[in-house]
Amino acid sequence: MTLIKKTLTASIAMAAAVSMSAHAEISDNEVRIGYLADMSGTYRDLAGPGGLTALEMAIADFGGSVNGSPIVVFSADDRNSADVGANTVREWIDQRNVDMVAGLVASSVTIAVTKVLEENNSLGLVSGSAASSVTNEHCTPNHIHWVYDTYPLANGTAKAVVEQGGDSWFLLTADYAFGHALEADVTSVVEASGGEILGNVRHPFPTSDFSSYILQAQGSGAKIVGLANAGADTVNAITTASQFGLTQSGQQLAGLLIFLNDVHALGLEATQNLLLTTGWYWDMDEQSREWSERYFEEVGRMPTMVQAGIYSSTMHYLKAVEAAGTDNPETVRAQMAEEPINDFFARNGRIREDGRMVHDMYLAQVKTPEESTGEWDLYEILSTIPAEEAYRPLSESQCKLVQN
Amino acid sequence: MTMIFGVPMAVFMGQLTLGLVNGAFYALLSLGLAVIFGLLKIVNFAHGAQYMLGAFAALLGFRYLGINYWLALVLVPLVIGGLGMLVERFLLRRIAHLDHLYGLLLTFGLALIFEGTLVNLFGVSGARYATPEVLQGGLNLGFMFLPTYRAWVLVAALAMCLFTWFMIERTRLGAYLRAGTENSQLMQAFGVNVPLLITLTYGFGVGLAAFAGVLAAPLYPVSPTMGSSLLIVVFAVVVIGGMGSILGAILTGLGMGVIEGLTKVYYPEAANTVIFLVMILVLMLRPAGLFGKEA
Repeated sequence: MTLIKKTLTASIAMAAAVSMSAHAEISDNEVRIGYLADMSGTYRDLAGPGGLTALEMAIADFGGSVNGSPIVVFSADDRNSADVGANTVREWIDQRNVDMVAGLVASSVTIAVTKVLEENNSLGLVSGSAASSVTNEHCTPNHIHWVYDTYPLANGTAKAVVEQGGDSWFLLTADYAFGHALEADVTSVVEASGGEILGNVRHPFPTSDFSSYILQAQGSGAKIVGLANAGADTVNAITTASQFGLTQSGQQLAGLLIFLNDVHALGLEATQNLLLTTGWYWDMDEQSREWSERYFEEVGRMPTMVQAGIYSSTMHYLKAVEAAGTDNPETVRAQMAEEPINDFFARNGRIREDGRMVHDMYLAQVKTPEESTGEWDLYEILSTIPAEEAYRPLSESQCKLVQN
Repeated sequence: MTMIFGVPMAVFMGQLTLGLVNGAFYALLSLGLAVIFGLLKIVNFAHGAQYMLGAFAALLGFRYLGINYWLALVLVPLVIGGLGMLVERFLLRRIAHLDHLYGLLLTFGLALIFEGTLVNLFGVSGARYATPEVLQGGLNLGFMFLPTYRAWVLVAALAMCLFTWFMIERTRLGAYLRAGTENSQLMQAFGVNVPLLITLTYGFGVGLAAFAGVLAAPLYPVSPTMGSSLLIVVFAVVVIGGMGSILGAILTGLGMGVIEGLTKVYYPEAANTVIFLVMILVLMLRPAGLFGKEA
């Protein structure tokens, strides 16, 4: 009887152990990553195929497998459409058991996708999006926001500009989630620093002809024309402003979200001395340069902060999967939050409970053509905004995961 | 200050002027479409890509061959137009006897191929094309600062529109063309080479798009996607003006530019949709378009 009892107990214990280890294993014996980004539109050059290369570099550097399970990548073009993005991710989860979604660029797409991730208890690492609402009112336990958001952009650039005497603003805002978030963040920073917003105009996304909006900005009499848009929209707006002699007539442009590829496309003649906030710059230090040179070999262009962030976040994810011994999203997310992040990309990085990865941000200025020594020698880093000051404090958070 | 509908007079006049400049682009592009559709019955979905190719040809011609703006304005439409003739001769002619839908699909496919190839080669950030020196600077109109180049665009585009209208409606060549589309067999019996006429017409329509592309190069960053967003608007303009009506395309193009410009002041959020609202309205009230003949 005792023998039977013992055997029974032992077998129950064993079954439990087996089921637990099965739970702790890597699903399908593969770590499946889906890369979703704008591969062909306005945001292609800041994330796009270059981001996929960065992701693949991270996987190759990691060794191509986690604890013996190979890492598999799927990729798709979201065409900047929330519907396309959400449907793609739903299909990835339902039919291909994708464990993690990387990339995620246009904020409207990201907000739609993270809802799908939450419904299916999956995991997303957002590298391209700007809207601070991604980890504020739209936060979920199923995604982490990596590179930057509109809060430090406003906090860095707008504050610096107001301090230099640019206290009256006119805003050109891209009419969707990201633009609205940036507009709100800039407005509060400008007003808190003692400046005022004289007017704003919300333009459709994307817009190719900015002449009408530039004319309205000229008519506003504001000292600073703030560009709360991104990518090709920003490039178009800056080009048009220079054609209409906006800066010659005494007004100044403030680009609130400027990527390296934008400055490269516009040229230093048109962008010199522009202030901007960035999460990373390829020529920041030895570590950054080393990684960027490797990236340049592959792609033929220097990486943007988004592309670097995709590498950094993927690497951190893979390390967490390895340490936890599972690709279970909750376990991996907890493991990721436990480890501080200090790599070529992030300094003093950590993941907060709202899913925001806070790290040092930088106030930079675009070099003049005389200062620049090469095609990609574009920024000078003026100052560091420490991680804990750069992002929206948790005390102001509306995220449901934060107890306020 | 005098106010018009709650907007200062100066701002209103400024937007009106800018609307005309944009309208001139719409006119030029929809004119090309109207010529091709009116005479060949081809719905040319590659028109936006051909406009983009014009801008790219100007950019690359300058970068690698040192061709200046003025030369590009003449050469690029010829080269891209020539490319168009090849497309007509070897692709479109093969499906000329089929439903119009096939022409639409073929040209749409071509547009995707042109765009995709250039996106792969050059990315989407776009490159800048320098404004020719004579046209730099601006004119002070009292109510606004108008960059000289935009004034030139307005003049050049309108001149080209008038030239086209004159060619088709007032010359012997134009008469052949119109007759050839009306009854090609009869024209051929008279000894007119109708297939050649058709090839030339398609080439001319494509050349107009390329001409608009060169005009646009110094205004907007030259990027592979610059044509695709414009194309849909231009189609709406053609529908509003009446499919195949030459004068209709020109007047509607200008008018829509102005309406869009004013929307950018009064309700900027709707700037991209207002033309489609007008299109719906026109289709409800006059299904053949403002200048089209009732079928």
